[in-house]
Amino acid sequence: MKILVCISKAPDTTAKISFKDSNTKFEEAGVQWIINPYDEWYALVKAIELKEQDTNTTIHLITVGESDCEPIIRKALALGGDEAIRINVDSNDSYYIAAQISEVAKNGNYDLVLTGKETIDYNSSSIGGMLAELLDMPYISLATRVEVEGNTAKVSREIDGGEETAEVKLPLVVSCQKGVAEQRIPNMRGIMAARTKPLKVSEPITVTALTSIVNFDLPPAKANVKLVAADNVAELARLLHEEAKVF
Amino acid sequence: MSVLIIIDQTENQIKKSSYEALTYGVSVAHQLGTNADALVLGTVKDNLSELGKYGIKKVYTISNTILNIVDAQVYAAAIATATTETGANILIFSHNQTGKAVAARVSARLQAGIVTGACSLPDTTNGFVVKKTVFSGKAFANVSINTPIKIIAINPNSFHTSFKEGIADVSELNITVASPKIKVIEVNKISGEVPLTEADIVVSGGRGLKGPENWGILLDLAKELGAATACSRPVGDAHWRPHHEHVGQTGVQIAPNLYIAIGISGAIQHLAGVNRSKVIVVINKDPEAPFFKAADYGIVGDAFEIVPQLTEAIRKINTNA
Repeated sequence: MKILVCISKAPDTTAKISFKDSNTKFEEAGVQWIINPYDEWYALVKAIELKEQDTNTTIHLITVGESDCEPIIRKALALGGDEAIRINVDSNDSYYIAAQISEVAKNGNYDLVLTGKETIDYNSSSIGGMLAELLDMPYISLATRVEVEGNTAKVSREIDGGEETAEVKLPLVVSCQKGVAEQRIPNMRGIMAARTKPLKVSEPITVTALTSIVNFDLPPAKANVKLVAADNVAELARLLHEEAKVF
Repeated sequence: MSVLIIIDQTENQIKKSSYEALTYGVSVAHQLGTNADALVLGTVKDNLSELGKYGIKKVYTISNTILNIVDAQVYAAAIATATTETGANILIFSHNQTGKAVAARVSARLQAGIVTGACSLPDTTNGFVVKKTVFSGKAFANVSINTPIKIIAINPNSFHTSFKEGIADVSELNITVASPKIKVIEVNKISGEVPLTEADIVVSGGRGLKGPENWGILLDLAKELGAATACSRPVGDAHWRPHHEHVGQTGVQIAPNLYIAIGISGAIQHLAGVNRSKVIVVINKDPEAPFFKAADYGIVGDAFEIVPQLTEAIRKINTNA
């Protein structure tokens, strides 16, 4: 089986979010970059688990970004994966990125394309669906479990108020979330091995983005919390009922 | 030129999030001086002409039972065809489970720019700009859609529904629906519980509750409020509660009217999943818990004493109401 895992860099979950150039650009100064958690913990680790079950599996990683993405893709290789591809262009809107990945994917004969359910920066939840459409493959989003037997995948996904399990013939695109796999930490052997794994850099194809970011806003500062004394709990109920009117 | 709202169902009933999409789509149509129509996929029991109350002129249906299951590929093809046939140039989805499966596919298929997680009406003073939540709710981006057909997927629980009088015209679209490649073999619904992402009130517990055996006080409070229950990541990881209850940056992101956090310190990753809640109440024995900075109301004290008293006080108000 051949698996393609889409990897994105994302600011660390504790990063301070601020903007520069009249709020048109994310302020990257001082920001630690990590592998987008959904891509790492779920999509990538799932691919590694599948390879552990069937050693005849090849895992390719792909990222769209300039050379500053290399530490991220090396870290992903340290976790697992046989080789990586970096499309050498600054990221753009979801469609632009999906079109770049699909160009690689359509020539790669992949059986399974895995993405995280969203990135923690733009939260668009779009790459998987766009990729599936561009590749004309079935798509299961928000997966909580992925198993593969022969050429059939058994995938559970989040639905309204529960979970649904479906069988789908490969090839398939799946967006992964919690439940799909357990988070792992790269070991020294993996880190050493990652240094010599192939990391191919390819140039982007011409794609016109469909959207563009005008600028960013930060939410207004929250007013101070209204504290109620611990011996006056009924007052909290009254405030919620009469002032906030939430029940 | 018209606005087409994609209506989503669960067990043959229109979802609450679709009513939000209807109200939103009608507002967009008013703003642009055009009509808002709805597209219902699959077979639903609801009286569709009543969608007119929301300001819808026409309800288009594709009443094929294949569409009662969401196969993103089949859905996207049907919606794209319906878009062409109805001449719609703006599509509205809810950014719920179905929207996340389907809307981006439709975007790629129609080369139509999309904004997901939208939290405002479009600003059309200079182009077509929609505000969306980014950085897990820590900021907003104003995104310009630069294509003739535009797709907006709105955050659930971010827009109120409103309706008046009116009857919509219901007509079937004659669209061939492809056979699905996804075969559903099992559905597990958590019965009797309010789905977390659609809940108006959510009561959530953290490590401060010390163990799964202590969840009774939280469940009692949730029951009295008709609330869904949630938990912090450590609680989900420790399997004190099922993992689908985990709210936070890497769990479920919610925006209820009321979020009550019990024994949760309020790490930035947790806040990212709940900061779109309209009112936040924090109960924690640590006055330095960061959650108090994000809260509207709070009590510093022992949850085991406070929560049962709160349940009782709410019960009194509910009984007298």
